[in-house]
Amino acid sequence: MRLLRNGDFVSGVALAGLGVFIVVEAWQWEYLGRDGPGPGFFPLWFGIAMIALSLLLVALSVKNRDAVSDKAVDWSKVGNALYAWAGLALCVALLTVLGFVLSFGLFVFFLVLVIYRRPLGTAVATGVALPVVFYLLFQVTLGLELPVGKLGF
Amino acid sequence: MDIFGSLLQGFAVAITPINLFWCFVGCFLGTVIGILPGIGPAATIALLLPLTFQIEPTGAVIMLAGIYYGAKYGGSTTSILLNVPGESSSVVTCIDGYQMARKGRAGPALGIAAIASFIAGTFGVIGLTLLAPPLAKFALRFSSPEYFALMAFGLSMVVLLAGESFTKALLAMLVGLWLACMGIDLFTATSRFTFGTPNLLDGIDFVVVAVGVFALGEVLSNMESRHSGQMLPVPKGIRNLMPTWQDLKDCRFAFLNGSVTGFVIGVLPGAGATIASFITYGIEKMVSRHPERFGTGIPEGVAAPEAANNSDAGGALVPTLALGIPGSGTMAILLAAFILWGLKPGPFLFQDNPQFVWGLIASMYVGNVMLLVLNLPLVPAFAQILRTPAFVLYPTILGISVVGTFSVSSSLFDVAMLAGFGLLGYTMRRLDYPAAPLILGFVLGDSMERSLRQSLMMSQGDLSILVSRPLSASMLILTALVLIVPMFKQANAWRLKAAG
Repeated sequence: MRLLRNGDFVSGVALAGLGVFIVVEAWQWEYLGRDGPGPGFFPLWFGIAMIALSLLLVALSVKNRDAVSDKAVDWSKVGNALYAWAGLALCVALLTVLGFVLSFGLFVFFLVLVIYRRPLGTAVATGVALPVVFYLLFQVTLGLELPVGKLGF
Repeated sequence: MDIFGSLLQGFAVAITPINLFWCFVGCFLGTVIGILPGIGPAATIALLLPLTFQIEPTGAVIMLAGIYYGAKYGGSTTSILLNVPGESSSVVTCIDGYQMARKGRAGPALGIAAIASFIAGTFGVIGLTLLAPPLAKFALRFSSPEYFALMAFGLSMVVLLAGESFTKALLAMLVGLWLACMGIDLFTATSRFTFGTPNLLDGIDFVVVAVGVFALGEVLSNMESRHSGQMLPVPKGIRNLMPTWQDLKDCRFAFLNGSVTGFVIGVLPGAGATIASFITYGIEKMVSRHPERFGTGIPEGVAAPEAANNSDAGGALVPTLALGIPGSGTMAILLAAFILWGLKPGPFLFQDNPQFVWGLIASMYVGNVMLLVLNLPLVPAFAQILRTPAFVLYPTILGISVVGTFSVSSSLFDVAMLAGFGLLGYTMRRLDYPAAPLILGFVLGDSMERSLRQSLMMSQGDLSILVSRPLSASMLILTALVLIVPMFKQANAWRLKAAG
């Protein structure tokens, strides 16, 4: 249980899993063809290297498990960052429906109010001002395309 | 006419008031647009190329030279200030540049980047002036085995980017190689690791990975605590915003190293500024008296890759002008522009159109000077960006990242992947995995696999082709040394620790 809080152990296991996936996939492709190495050649080797190195990482983290407490992930600190990331993911998901200006505005409002804990007025002002500046700078001035939603902007 | 006579004639054309004006406009626009992630020199030139068709060819070429240098410097600015690499060759600048900014030394970092760009850019153009024909012949000796050896040497730089854990750095690099593998295999049309989605058939764009891992990962890290609203320090007074004499003295070798390495690698078609910047950084760390300070924010860590990045420009023009082979995406666009103006780059260009060639070379000298004149005074202004309150600055970085990614191919799938790579970058930070090796693997993976497979096709599967050619053999020996020496040192350290 203590090991499950250790980042090296968990990431080592995850990367070993990824290595196995790469090897299994690469196994299905041609390794050596008539004209030389096939599409499976390169992935097979780095997949094997990934499995070996991640198992080494796992072994080292088990060997040094007494030092686990120093390296354990502090989940309380991670919360805020994950909230911000979830906000970004939602903003990206809303791009097709609301377009860039609206979804980015809502995202900025959320960040300023919830993550930075600023007053409501500041959050509203920033949530309105930033998307407008982006629209004027990128779309109007530079002619770059911004994601458009169902509302047409 | 000799080289210097021709060059003087080129200067006579380049330094007329109107052409200086076009150069200024090019540098300014290049810097401003190059700041956006995803819009590197190639995209900036493509974006602004139509503007140059409104003016006569000489002025247009001079403006393009300004745009090119400006865009390169613009990419470095965001790397230093915001940890947002504007293009692949700016990734290495993030490592020490951003750390300098965190220590309140954003101004000196930007100043060193500008000075390194000027010195190395000038070196590159001098190299182009004097050595174009013989170097073009040297570049032709590079075939697939040599490219494979060069890529392997580039990947060996992971040793020097490793930080605390070599194992984690290697694992990050392998993840980069895996990401580089995604998409259609060009040799057999097999789709690899596409998870059944057509969006991945073309592979993943560099901007998505680099901006996600570096910029978004950094922003999410900064949002961890409620006290994350603190701004990065920016000292007052112009003297504190410029590099000190000691900084410049410390960077002497870095300027030289970046200039020479960047130029030589730039000459090789397809090698590019990215591998040049990684290798230069690695060499700088290897020869340094204090390698442990790399990554903590030291001027040499900014000067070396920035110098390589700019010297590469002069080198890349060698095969473009002398052979008609574009060395990079940017050179391909420049080549297209030359052809549009009725020129035929190749072995006879120097004979048939001397006025154009020497005008272009002279305009690159002028572009370098203009960049320094324009950007050094702007360093204090750029550094003030860090005074922006965090609740405005970090959402702005997220917005720029989204717009920059979307602008590459207008794909919302790319934007979604950007968010995914942001989470990956944040997780890597939390678990002490260095991000630079992942980018190194991602950037070099595809070229390395391609050159390996081409080499083995040439030799019908015989691996000895990689060591039987002098150039590739020497580079592979160098690679082995770079990898083995630190392992011996580590083993020795463990033995001493166990003994005592």
